[in-house]
Amino acid sequence: MAPPAEVLAVRGLSKTFPGVRALDDVELTVHAGEVHALIGENGAGKSTLIKLLTGVYRPDAGRITFQGREVSFGTPLEAQKAGISTIYQEVNLIPLLSVARNLFLGREPRTRLGLLDFARMHREADEILSTYGVRVDVRQSLRTLGVGAQQMVALARAVATDARVVVMDEPTSSLEPREVETLFSVIRRLRDQGIAVIYVSHRLDELYAVCSKVTVLRDGRRVHHGDLADLDRIDLVSTMLGRELGEVREEGQTKFSGDHQIADEQPVLSARELSARHRLHGVSLDVRPGEVVGLGGLLGSGRTETAKAISGSLQLSSGTVTVAGVPLRGGSTPAAIRAGVSLLPEDRKSEGIVPGLSVRENIALAVLPRLSRFGLVSESRVDAIVDTFMERLRIKASSPHQKVGELSGGNQQKVLLARWLAMNPKVLLLDEPTRGIDVGAKAEVQKLVDELAADGLGVLLISSDLEELIEGSDRVVVLKDGAVVGELTGDEVTEDRLMRTIAGETPPRDTDEEAVTHG
Amino acid sequence: MAEAALRTAPPDRARLLQWLQTYGVYAGVALLLVVNTVITPHFLSAENFRTQAVQVAPVVIVALGMALVIGTEGVDLSVGAVMALAASVTALYLGYGLLPALLAVALFAAGVGFANGALVAFVGVQPIVATLALMVGGRGLALVLLPQLEDLRNPQLASLGSGDVLGVPYLILIAAVLALLVAFVVRRTTFGRQLLAIGDSRPAAELAGLPVRRVLIVVYVVCALLAAVAGVLATARLQASDPTSLGNLMELSAITAVVVGGTPLTGGRVNIAGTVAGAVLIQLLTATLIKHDLPPSWTQIAQAVVIVCAVYAARGRGKR
Repeated sequence: MAPPAEVLAVRGLSKTFPGVRALDDVELTVHAGEVHALIGENGAGKSTLIKLLTGVYRPDAGRITFQGREVSFGTPLEAQKAGISTIYQEVNLIPLLSVARNLFLGREPRTRLGLLDFARMHREADEILSTYGVRVDVRQSLRTLGVGAQQMVALARAVATDARVVVMDEPTSSLEPREVETLFSVIRRLRDQGIAVIYVSHRLDELYAVCSKVTVLRDGRRVHHGDLADLDRIDLVSTMLGRELGEVREEGQTKFSGDHQIADEQPVLSARELSARHRLHGVSLDVRPGEVVGLGGLLGSGRTETAKAISGSLQLSSGTVTVAGVPLRGGSTPAAIRAGVSLLPEDRKSEGIVPGLSVRENIALAVLPRLSRFGLVSESRVDAIVDTFMERLRIKASSPHQKVGELSGGNQQKVLLARWLAMNPKVLLLDEPTRGIDVGAKAEVQKLVDELAADGLGVLLISSDLEELIEGSDRVVVLKDGAVVGELTGDEVTEDRLMRTIAGETPPRDTDEEAVTHG
Repeated sequence: MAEAALRTAPPDRARLLQWLQTYGVYAGVALLLVVNTVITPHFLSAENFRTQAVQVAPVVIVALGMALVIGTEGVDLSVGAVMALAASVTALYLGYGLLPALLAVALFAAGVGFANGALVAFVGVQPIVATLALMVGGRGLALVLLPQLEDLRNPQLASLGSGDVLGVPYLILIAAVLALLVAFVVRRTTFGRQLLAIGDSRPAAELAGLPVRRVLIVVYVVCALLAAVAGVLATARLQASDPTSLGNLMELSAITAVVVGGTPLTGGRVNIAGTVAGAVLIQLLTATLIKHDLPPSWTQIAQAVVIVCAVYAARGRGKR
C-alpha cells in the first residue's frame, strides 16, 4: 500500500497578539485518511492554529501547504471552498432556517428558472442526514432540533462541501454518549474515504477511541507529535502539562480528596417535589453543610433544570426549596441569592461572565449593593474584595482591569466562583464547572470545590465527566427524564453503579454487585 | 513587497480604528475649531460660542438619556415626542405657576418612560418597537392636549430660557450639570454598573441576581425625564409651545451624538464625555456649513459622512 498523501502541511507557523506569542514556529503534518488529535491546555495555541488554518487569522510567519500548494486564506469561506471545513464548539448555523436550508446554505440546488429547488433540497437533505443517524423533518427550523442533532447537521454540511480536511473543535462537548458514538462512526467513515480529520478535544477517552496521530501543543510550541498508540494516557497528560510523570501519577485523575467530614446536621438545602412543565417531575434532594452531592444523569435528564429551579431562574409549577430552614419564594433569582444560593451556570460564556466588563467589575457584580452606600460604590472596598479573591483563587489576568472575555476558560470560571464566594453563600450549585477548561485549571477548580466543602458549604455538583462526579461527590443523586431514579451513597459511589443506575438497572443491594465494583 | 505591506496593514489599521473610536470625536471637534478659526470670520467671539452652546444644549441633554438607554443595548425613539409632550403640558399648566407646570411635565414624562421601560422589561418587546409606539402615541397626545402653537408669557419661564449667570446662559449650565451628574451615576453608582452589565449580557446579569427589570425601567424613566427637561428648556427659549415641530428628528440627533461619541449600539459601554463631544461636533459641522451659505442638504450629507465614519470605527473594535 502506498503511503497516504500529505494533505496538509504547516511549517514554521507563528502568530503574535498584543502581549502574547500565541504560536511559535509550529509544525503540523496531516495525511489523507488520518484522524489527527490536536491537544494542549487552554492557551496552548490550538484555537489560534485552527483559526490560521481556516483563514480567520493571518500568520505572522510560516507556510501552510494544502494538497501540495502553498495557500493563504483570507476568509473562512475561502478555506472552506478550497476544502478545509471547520466545526466549532458552538453550532454555527442559522437557527430560524429549516434544517435542509442550513445544510445547503450557499449552494442550494436550483430549478431551471434559477429558483430554489425545494423538493430536491428536502430529498437530498433527508438522504444525507439519515447517513448521520439524524432522522428529522428537514423542513423544520433548525432550532427545534437538540444540540446534538444540530451538531450533526453542521458536520454533514462541513463534509458535504467536498472537504479534504475537516477540523473539529471539541465537537462532543454538548453531545450525549449515543450521539458521540454516531459522530465516531461518521469520523471513521470520513477516514475510510480518505478525508483527514483534525480532532481537538479535552476528553482522553475520545482521542484514544478515534485518533491515530497526535500533535501536542504547549505554550504556543509543538512539544510532541507521532502515533497516539505510542503514548499512554499518563504520558499524554504529562506531555500536555509539561510536568514530571511521577507528579501526575501521584495526583491521580482528579484533585478531589475523597470523603468530607459532613456535619450530621439539618440539610442546608432541601428541595421537595420540584416540578416544571415537561422538564422536571417531582425532584427532591437534600444537601448538608460540608457535603458535595453529585447530580448524575445524561444530557437532558433534568440536571441543569434542577440547578436552575433551585436558584430561582426556572419557573416551577410546584415544589418548594428550603435554604437553611427558610423557604424560598419560587422563581426569583435575587431571593435565592439573598438566601445564600449561588449558581455557576453551565453556559459560562453567555450566562456567566459579562465579557465586556473587567475582571474587577465581574467579581464585584453580585456583591456590589453590599459594597455601596446610598447607591454609591465604595471603590476601596471593591478593590479589597477583588484583590482577596484574585489571590485566593489564583486568577491569572494582566490586571484587574483586563476584560473577562479575554481570559482563558479556566480563569473565567474562577472569576465566576469569586463573584459568588464574595457573597458568602451557603449553597453552591456547580453546573459543569470544569467543562472546556484546561487540565491545570480543572485540577485547581476541583481542589477549590473540595476546600469550600471542607469550609462547610453545601455543594451540588453537576458533571458529565463521570470520573469527576464519582471522585468529587460524597453522594450522587441520579436523574432520568426529569425525575430521580436512584441515589448512590458511600461505597456505592462508583462509575459502574452510576452507569447501571443511569441505564435503568436497579440492582438489588446485595452481594454480586460488590464483587464487580470493588474488583 | 505588496505581500509585506499587506501583512503589516491589519494591526496598524486596527490601531487606527481603535484610536479613532476613542479620540476621533475630540479630534473632529478640534479640527472644526481650527478650520473655523481660519476660514470663518468672527468665529472666535464669545457671542458665537454662546449661540452655539445654547443651540446644542437640548441635544446634549437628550443624548445623555439616550446614551444610558443605548448602554443597556436599547434605543429610545420617543425622546422627540416627550419633548413635544413637555411643551404641551407646560403650556397647559403654566397658569398655575412654573413649578406646578414643571411637576406636571415630570409626571407625564415619567409616565411615558415607565411605559417604555415596562414594555421592554416585562413584556419583552424590543426597545425599538416599544419606543416607536410611544414616539407616535406621545406626539399624538401632545397634539391632543395642545393642537396648535401657543405663545407663552411667563417671566420666570422666559428667564429660564434666556437668563444667565456671569454671562453663561442657564441652558448651558443645566446641560453641563446634568452631563456631570449622568457621568457620575454611570461611573460611581451600583445603578450605573448594573446598567452596563445588563447591556453587555442580560442573561448573565439576570443569573447574577441583578434587578434587571427595575434598572431597565429606571433607565427609560430617566431618559424620558431628560428629554422633558430639554423640551421645557427649548420651549422657554422659544417662549412658545410648539408641539407640532418641537423635538422633530431629535431621536436621530441624539442617537448620532451617542454613536459618534464612541458608545457602541451593542450595549455594555457608555461614554458620556464622548456623547457631549458628539453633539458638539454635529453642531459645529452644521454651523460651519450654514455660515458658509451651503444649503441644508449639504449639512445632512456631512452628518451622514460623520455617522458612517463613526460606525466604521466602531466596527473595528467589535472584531477580535
